[in-house]
Amino acid sequence: MPTIVRWYVRTSLVYLVAALGFWLAQAAGWGSPGFGPAALHLFFVGWVTQLIFGMAIWMLPTLSREHPRGYEAVNWAVYGLLNLGLLLRVVAEPRVGTPPAGLWATLLILSAGCQWLAGLGFVLNAWGRVRGPRRQGG
Amino acid sequence: MPALSRWSVRLAFLYLLLGFTWGALILTHKAVQWPPFAWLGFAAHQEFLIFGWTTQFALGIAYWILPRYRGNQRGDIRPAVLAFVALNLGVWFVVLHPWLGAPAGLLGRVLEAGGVLLFVLYAWGRVKPAGA
Repeated sequence: MPTIVRWYVRTSLVYLVAALGFWLAQAAGWGSPGFGPAALHLFFVGWVTQLIFGMAIWMLPTLSREHPRGYEAVNWAVYGLLNLGLLLRVVAEPRVGTPPAGLWATLLILSAGCQWLAGLGFVLNAWGRVRGPRRQGG
Repeated sequence: MPALSRWSVRLAFLYLLLGFTWGALILTHKAVQWPPFAWLGFAAHQEFLIFGWTTQFALGIAYWILPRYRGNQRGDIRPAVLAFVALNLGVWFVVLHPWLGAPAGLLGRVLEAGGVLLFVLYAWGRVKPAGA
C-alpha cells in the first residue's frame, strides 16, 4: 500500500474513533450540542469520504507509467486541504457568533473553501483514471 | 474497468462536487448568513453525498471488482444497469420534490430502494470464492 494511501486510511480511522468518541460522550451527557454538526462531518467526511479517497487513489486503474496514481502532489494537497478544512470546522463552528465573531466566521469560510478545493482536486486527479482496459499494440 | 462502473464512478464524482459545493455554501451561510438560499439545498446536500456519491461509488466499484462467473463473465447485467438508472432518478426525484410535490419524494425513495434492491439481487451470486 503506497505511503499516501496509508495516510488517508489511518487518518480516516482516527476520525472514526473521534466521531464515535464524541457520540459516546454526548450519550453520557458530556458533549457540547454545538459540536453536533461537526461530529457528523468527522464521520461522513473524515471517515467515510477520506477512506473512499484513499482506496480510490490505491485501486483505480493507473493514469500513466509516469503518474500511476495521478499527480502525487495533488493527492497530498487534497489530503492536506480536506483535513485542514475539517479541523477548522471543528474549531470554528461551535464558536461562531461568539467573540471574536469575525475570527470564527473567517475560519469557517476557510474551512468551507479548503474542503471544496479538496473535493475538486480529488475529482480532477482521479477522473482520468476511471477508464477501461488499455488496448494492446497500436 | 467495465463501462457501467465507469459511468457510475464518474457520476459519483459529479455528485461529490455538487454535494461539497452545496455544503460549502451552507457552511458559509453559518459564518456570514450569506447566500440567503443556502439552506434550500440542505436536503440536496445530504442526498447527493449519501446516495449519489457514497452509495453509487461503492456499488460501481463492487460491480467492477466482485468475483466474476466462469468465462470471465458478469452474468445478466440488465438488473445492474436498471439499478443505477433507478438510483440516479431516485436521487433527483427526492432532491426536486419540494418543487414537484410530495409524491415525487415518495417516488424518489421507491426508486432508490428499488435500485439498491435490484443491485443486491444482481450482486448476490457474485459474492463467492474466486473460481467457484
